Amino acid sequence: MTYTPSQTVGPYLSIGLPWPDGPDVVTEGVPGAFRLHGVVTDGAGDPIPDALVETWQADPAGRFDHPDDPRGAVSGFRGFGRCPTDDSGRYWIRTLKPGAVPGPDGAPQAPHIDVSVFARGLLHRVVTRVYFADEEAANATDAILTGVPENRRATLLAVPDETGYRFDIRLQGDDETVFFAV
Amino acid sequence: MTTADRLVVPGYRRDDADAHPPLRSPDYKSTMLRAPSQAPLLLPHTLTEVTGPLLGEGRVTAADSDLTRHAGGEAQGQRIVVHGQVRDSDGRPVPDTLVEVWQANAGGRYLHKWDQHDSPLDPHFTGVGRVLTDSLGRYRFVTIKPGAYPWRNHHNAWRPAHIHLSLFGRAFTQRLVTQMYFPDDPLFPYDPIYNSVPEAARHRMVSRFDLSATVEEWALGFEFDIVLRGREATPMEES
Repeated sequence: MTYTPSQTVGPYLSIGLPWPDGPDVVTEGVPGAFRLHGVVTDGAGDPIPDALVETWQADPAGRFDHPDDPRGAVSGFRGFGRCPTDDSGRYWIRTLKPGAVPGPDGAPQAPHIDVSVFARGLLHRVVTRVYFADEEAANATDAILTGVPENRRATLLAVPDETGYRFDIRLQGDDETVFFAV
Repeated sequence: MTTADRLVVPGYRRDDADAHPPLRSPDYKSTMLRAPSQAPLLLPHTLTEVTGPLLGEGRVTAADSDLTRHAGGEAQGQRIVVHGQVRDSDGRPVPDTLVEVWQANAGGRYLHKWDQHDSPLDPHFTGVGRVLTDSLGRYRFVTIKPGAYPWRNHHNAWRPAHIHLSLFGRAFTQRLVTQMYFPDDPLFPYDPIYNSVPEAARHRMVSRFDLSATVEEWALGFEFDIVLRGREATPMEES
């Protein structure tokens, strides 16, 4: 069977997609919780106020609350976050750092979060991955991250700051974020 | 390393350039500064990609699948029933998956601060709905037929009537947002968003009038089946 084609979310995505608790992968006050946040910008460097950022990740033990995790489902960790950008192009989610997940070769991957970006002007979502700049040792052996050209790798690193980690998403242009075909 | 850590689960089929629009589609002007200029890198399907949020329980009520009633009254416009089946590309139904819906009202106006189209809002219509597929992947919601509306992409640009649909499937790889159109819309030839999709695939975004789903003296029926990506044909073996 043939796929249903993708279409843009359009400028009015915030009618249908945001949830009040969308950014709360974990609720406020959970030990270890931090804000992953940043700005989504276009090829002119301007913030995009009509985008939606979605995240999917393992829990701190590296498990997914999903029947296809062969190690057994772990209940209670939603793993999913979503946040529309505000008028300044900013998004945020509150989450925990994921644990190690086995990679394609069986070796553990560095902690990472899968990200989908939707927006007016994006006819299909674009997908990227958040890695953590303070996980140097794990990042150095991650098969996927080390497969990214070295001069573009930094676009995938969330940088620690006072509230958690900052991860900006540049859809186009100089220092364009690395996107993946998933 | 334990056996479980070495377990490799089957991946999903890759996206198909014959089905989806290119991100850079010059006739749709907003793509020009937003489509990435670099080719995407191939991401292997690890556990992160073959799992995904299984949402809906506790998030969807029966009232969420009827968009025609709001704030104590009924929405203006042509009442319609939209139904269909969500399957993967191997033909397997996708059960218990969340379908999110949003749309303009009968006059082509969205309930959004940026929509300045000179057409009235409807106090009894928000344009938001949600529904879960059943055990056979079927969904059904009731709404009103959205109107066409003008946009500023080019001179005298009008979007054909459409309903936005967002689906999660069972895995990160299956996430899809699309638009459902109505049969024989005269605006199709002029719409750069509809036409961004390869010609042979465009009909998959168009619903079918369905007399069997039409409710006598109440609402017209439209059928819209949705196909998400299926599993890889030859799963990788456990090492």
